[in-house]
Amino acid sequence: MLIYDRRYRSMTFQVIVFILVMALAWWLVNNTIRNLAALGKDFNFGFLWQRAGYDIPQTPIPYTSDDTHLRAAFVGLLNTLIVSILGCIAATFVGIVAGVARLSNNWLIARLMTVYVEAFRNVPLLLWILIVFAVFTEVMPPPNAFRGDDPAASMILFDHVALTNRYTAIPTLAMTNDPGSLDLGARITFNWATIAFVVVLIAGWIARRMIRDWAQRVQDQTGGRPTTWWMSLAVMTVPSLLLILYFGLHFETPELRGFNFSGGINVQNGLVALWLALTLYTGAFIAEIVRAGILAVNRGQSEAAFALGLRPRRTMSLVILPQALRVIIPPLISQYLNLMKNSSLAIAVGYMDIKGTLGGTTLNQTGRELESIVLMMGVYLVLSLIISAGMNLFNARVKLKER
Amino acid sequence: MSDTHAQTVPFVRDTMLPPSDPPAREAGAIHWLRQNLFSGPVNTVLTIIGVLIVWFLVSHFWDWFAHSVWNANSLSECRQIIAETWGEGARGACWAVIRERWNQYVYGFYPPALYWRPTMAFGLLFLALAPVLFSESPGIRRIVLGLATVLTLWLMVTLNAPAAWLVFAAVMLIGGLAVSERHVSWLLIFSVLYPLMGVWFLWGGSAWGPIMVLAGPLLGWIAWLALGRVSGLLATVVALVVPLVWWYFYAGEAASDAESLVSLAIPAVASDRFGGFLLSITIGVAGIAMSLPLGIVLALARRSDMFLVKSLAVIFIEFIRGVPLIALLFVASLLLNYFLPPTVTFDIILRVIIMVTLFSAAYMAEVIRGGLAALPKGQYEAADALGLDYWKAQRLIVLPQALKISIPGIVSTFIGMFKDTTLVTFVGLYDPLKSMSDAVRASTSWKGIYWEPYIFVGFIFFLICFGMSRYSMYLERRLARGHR
Repeated sequence: MLIYDRRYRSMTFQVIVFILVMALAWWLVNNTIRNLAALGKDFNFGFLWQRAGYDIPQTPIPYTSDDTHLRAAFVGLLNTLIVSILGCIAATFVGIVAGVARLSNNWLIARLMTVYVEAFRNVPLLLWILIVFAVFTEVMPPPNAFRGDDPAASMILFDHVALTNRYTAIPTLAMTNDPGSLDLGARITFNWATIAFVVVLIAGWIARRMIRDWAQRVQDQTGGRPTTWWMSLAVMTVPSLLLILYFGLHFETPELRGFNFSGGINVQNGLVALWLALTLYTGAFIAEIVRAGILAVNRGQSEAAFALGLRPRRTMSLVILPQALRVIIPPLISQYLNLMKNSSLAIAVGYMDIKGTLGGTTLNQTGRELESIVLMMGVYLVLSLIISAGMNLFNARVKLKER
Repeated sequence: MSDTHAQTVPFVRDTMLPPSDPPAREAGAIHWLRQNLFSGPVNTVLTIIGVLIVWFLVSHFWDWFAHSVWNANSLSECRQIIAETWGEGARGACWAVIRERWNQYVYGFYPPALYWRPTMAFGLLFLALAPVLFSESPGIRRIVLGLATVLTLWLMVTLNAPAAWLVFAAVMLIGGLAVSERHVSWLLIFSVLYPLMGVWFLWGGSAWGPIMVLAGPLLGWIAWLALGRVSGLLATVVALVVPLVWWYFYAGEAASDAESLVSLAIPAVASDRFGGFLLSITIGVAGIAMSLPLGIVLALARRSDMFLVKSLAVIFIEFIRGVPLIALLFVASLLLNYFLPPTVTFDIILRVIIMVTLFSAAYMAEVIRGGLAALPKGQYEAADALGLDYWKAQRLIVLPQALKISIPGIVSTFIGMFKDTTLVTFVGLYDPLKSMSDAVRASTSWKGIYWEPYIFVGFIFFLICFGMSRYSMYLERRLARGHR
């Protein structure tokens, strides 16, 4: 018998598993084909090129109800990305602050942060989304409360942001000297100014690295390191400042005209509520990760650094942080992934992310459950794989190099 | 020598001086304040910020909490009481909604006459959990089981449970308590039987269904015993195949035949009557109970030497982890019908439980894989050196240690899963958080009540999740053997 022979045992077992899995897959596919045939449906993605016929409140690229389902899905994907990226940035910030503050010597601050972390970690995210959304829709004043000489409500952040019960009006960036846009086709455009800023920032970053390498070479050869901080600062900031002056970049604050604010961007409250709730919820988890990372660094490490005569700031940046990051990064990656996946709770607040467009309205209108959900899961899977691949690259750079 | 010396010294103290008090600045409240709140300029600023935050929260929410109303039949009545008691324009919390809708939040739309059934099932759950969770500490076990017994019986009496069932519950609980004093492990039999029993109590219908499900493994066991002499391999294969064949082809008919001979039916309750915390806890407990074993199998598969087994495990885990739970729940509610033969229909709650289980099993597998990886290589080598085969090595040496290391991760996966049970609202089930609160708001008397239901449900979730995390910390300390 093959199963009793140690040489072939694992092979035999794998063949059996393979046959079983294939049989299961065949059974599922066969059932699906027969069920679809019985319902008179087929499996094709042709519906993506049909007219969508529904509106999306917040669209990063031009979209009307006459566009295709494919474009609606793409708008949804962009909306998912917007809330995920904004959420990741803000949650990292909140998490680092809360995690460090929880380790603070200050009794009050440490207790407050413990309450924050425990309160957010032990309660469903959906609850926080609903509560924040309810705060916006129930407590905030309507736009016309901002009107008049003695308005009932006032704008916050030095008259730049207006929180209303329908949307949050925030300032927008405007240019006096608009260079026009690069047309990518399909009504997707990139402003040349954006491209210029991206190019300048990347060039500045490369230049900074070159300056650093040059300084290192000089130090290796002569023993003295030239002062480079002003050069680095200059290549990072001066070109951007020049571009800002050239394009005449400035903030345009929203103003109440008629019944609504205009001039700025009126961000849908669904997005703001979802973003805030995701930030605070994930921030609580990141705080715990940061705290664990800092505690994981042996006390002897900082003592050794002090013994070597390093100042506290350099101890932090050269000794503690590199070792803490090694512990922090892997769980941080999974928190980012969780945030991205949790953004699908957007359906609770009516924000049209990919779950709301492709997996929601499109699915209901076309009746193509199988195709829509398969496509949506594929998109999420690809996004997850991209995020984890990117973060794993970063992790490979910071992790302990054992020799 | 000492005598002569004593005469030369004029005075020798023969009692200890009482210790003097520390300087005023180094003790007491002032010292504590200086040490913890005002030890430097940065700390002082932080303290001021903290005090401002606390002041902001208290000043905004204190009067709302202080003006709570517990007895009213509608929101307008609540507001009237608040206005009468604390003056016009006063704000106040109207907890009366919780009082009035308590049963709905706990049991959903379960028939009120049968409330005692979920209550009994929940009480017996603690008996089933006792050998798993409380086997290490008799003290805690006694307290938990004693409380469960008293509360369950008291609640069943107040909910008008039939006398026969009251006796049944009393016998089970008190008997279980007595058995656990002597042999905790005997209760494991009850733990194995409990899932079927719980399903029967919750959904009702004929008891023959669960009995026939149970008959599958029994038949497999009999086949294994019978064929064990002939060939071990054949016996194992037959023992695995027999239950599947039995469940797929015969169990349904056998149950209905037996039911027509001897009726063992209690009133059936359909899945759409489930709701509130009953639904959350049902899904949560079932998911927790099934995701741990599945997660262990997946973790072992992912660390297997066999390429195919390993890659299948990797594909499954990464697929599940890359997709939001909502998408999987939609698969359960919309697509599962496509994948199964038209004759097979699953109940919606069962479908949701399957998906939740698969979802958390993938996360569980990663947590346990971490525990397996953290185990020193010497442990594996020692198991090999003792001549243990793979399963014995895993069961006796590797898994007990690996699971112990991964307790915090396992419990936080449980907590995450329990919190995620609220997402079933999106496939049309009545979770306590969104659907139930929407249902409460839909009635005219409670239209416009937002905060109180959310805070109440959030508080209950907090209690359960925080309790779980504290218990895991206790378990970690208790199981620590003084080495890493």
